Amino acid sequence: MSRPEPVQQVKHRRDLALQTLVDAVPYAGFLGIVFERHGDELTAVLPYDDKLIGNPVLPALHGGVIASFLEVAAIIELSWAMLWDELESGRLRPEEMAANLPRLPKTIDFTVDYLRTGLPRDGYARARVNRSGRRYASVHVEAWQDNRARLFAQATGHFLMPQRADG
Amino acid sequence: MSETSPQEFINALPFARALGMQLDSIGGGRAEISMAWDARFVGDPATGVIHGGAVSALMDTCGGAAVMSYPGALTTATIDLRIDYMRAATPGQRITARAECYHVTRRVAFVRATAHDEDSDNPVATASGAFTFDRKERA
Repeated sequence: MSRPEPVQQVKHRRDLALQTLVDAVPYAGFLGIVFERHGDELTAVLPYDDKLIGNPVLPALHGGVIASFLEVAAIIELSWAMLWDELESGRLRPEEMAANLPRLPKTIDFTVDYLRTGLPRDGYARARVNRSGRRYASVHVEAWQDNRARLFAQATGHFLMPQRADG
Repeated sequence: MSETSPQEFINALPFARALGMQLDSIGGGRAEISMAWDARFVGDPATGVIHGGAVSALMDTCGGAAVMSYPGALTTATIDLRIDYMRAATPGQRITARAECYHVTRRVAFVRATAHDEDSDNPVATASGAFTFDRKERA
């Protein structure tokens, strides 16, 4: 039996793969969205920026920013779940991902519930893949600001999965 | 109440300005808002297609504008919005959303919207949503 992979190497491999995946989505960078990872669990973070405001009087985050944040969180989570086994088995090398990016899931529909006003501060989101088949996937996303239990938005989306060589 | 032009209304929304939205027409519970393709808004670099979230932002803004233009509207906020993505928007082409506030109750406005690129016969996306509806006090 081979020795386990050194922890720094595991972290580097996973972080590089995640960063490459997120960097490949220009719109995530435009919004300033970053991802934090614990094992395979991702948390999307939307750091506050003045340009994200929709209602300057309140002030409140733009509904479109909230929808975008949740959809980015859903697509990255779904892509991450899709690639995880290939990354862990070594079939997909993160160093080679940037030059040969995997195709991303395509949104079929996305429904956002606006539960509370988006305050002018950082937001967090976590997505859960409720069903993932060869062709279709269903993902639920929850977003909060100060308190994890007080969601300010949630969403459900359906996605068309890209055809992969070794599904 | 001070008079502001429709484009000033859009310019007052920082995120609408950040996405370069342009208000093409508004009035009577209907609005049309468009935005240019921009490499910063791309969702899938393999195709150059605009991210669904940017289309959502356009639809949400257009829906809100339609509600605000309904007679008697004072303020509004989105309660929920569902977007169906029919096809990928063609990279490089302008996206135009049209929203209609087709029914209001005392407190709720119902909106449907479509978005298309330069091929106006084939929608890129459709949306339907509920918005809060606060009325002006009667004088």
